[in-house]
Amino acid sequence: MAKAFCSMKRKELEAFLQDVDGFDKPKVLLEQYPTTPHIAACMLHTVASTFDDLAGKSVADLGVGCGILAIGAEMLGASYVLGIDIDEDALSVCANNLEEFEMTNVDLLKANVRHLARCSELASRLQGKFDTVVMNPPFGTKHNQGIDVDFLQTGLKLSSNALYSLHKSSTREHILKKAQSWGVEATVLAELRYNLDNTLKFHKKKSVDIDVDFIRLVHTQDSLHRQKDMLS
Amino acid sequence: MKLITHNMLTSNIIKGVTKGFPLIIAPTKVEVKEVDFNPDFVNKMLTKIDYPALYQAANSVGHGEGLPEQLGDDVKDNTDLLKALHNAMLQVEVIEGDLVCPESGRKFPIANGIPNMLLLENEVET
Repeated sequence: MAKAFCSMKRKELEAFLQDVDGFDKPKVLLEQYPTTPHIAACMLHTVASTFDDLAGKSVADLGVGCGILAIGAEMLGASYVLGIDIDEDALSVCANNLEEFEMTNVDLLKANVRHLARCSELASRLQGKFDTVVMNPPFGTKHNQGIDVDFLQTGLKLSSNALYSLHKSSTREHILKKAQSWGVEATVLAELRYNLDNTLKFHKKKSVDIDVDFIRLVHTQDSLHRQKDMLS
Repeated sequence: MKLITHNMLTSNIIKGVTKGFPLIIAPTKVEVKEVDFNPDFVNKMLTKIDYPALYQAANSVGHGEGLPEQLGDDVKDNTDLLKALHNAMLQVEVIEGDLVCPESGRKFPIANGIPNMLLLENEVET
């Protein structure tokens, strides 16, 4: 069914994604902020229409959560999507969503993204197997300092080409500096406003707006060489 | 779990395991789900996967149909063969069962199609 949707407009995609179920009880420790249909549609439409990085591609989604990016990626023509998450409850919601949407190109894996980055043999098996990585990682601001950067590093290992991610705008300089030190090209594609309803208990206000950057990282000859060297 | 995913997994994340590949599949429930056939994608992934591991995995779950033991040079335009490879990589799914580490015997359960590769902190190589 995916093929029919390849030229789908952003608004149509967003309308479809409205029906993706979210977290039953978001977990504070895992920073389970839902990716809204609007943000998911903005990201994926850009990935597909501006960069042609979805149709016929192999795609990984790190911290897949309820699967909105994975489902959207398949709708826009991805041939194979692997969604990885540490949380059983999120994966179970995601599996139900995949069934509802009859998405058969998406596979799920329960694993710790931080462990995946560490081990060289595992990394060499996964390395470069994906054309494109999309993710909405934990911001790494609560109890998980540095997890946003770990997700980026793992994503870069998995990807042979481009990685798309969301990060708090307040961390932009830090992220761009990291990208530079890895030898990858980083571009801030858009600034988005993330409206968090009062879904997580520690939020005192009714809803909070967070500015996030939609970032694209692309491998260069230099960064690919460095990854090879690290493994040998 | 699709076999293309299996092809990328190892258990060498466990302390003391050196290679941990390919993981042995002990299936209790296998299904075949239809996925759109894209010959270009199959050709591209062939350059990235470990074919002997795919061949072994497909046979171990009873779906090695149409797969040769070794791939020749004539794959690219052989539609029947590409369809068989497409089937093995993307359509065959292990729904329930275990992945077993070939070195340590550690089992990773597959439930509802999702392999659980999470380890306890003390199992992980640091």
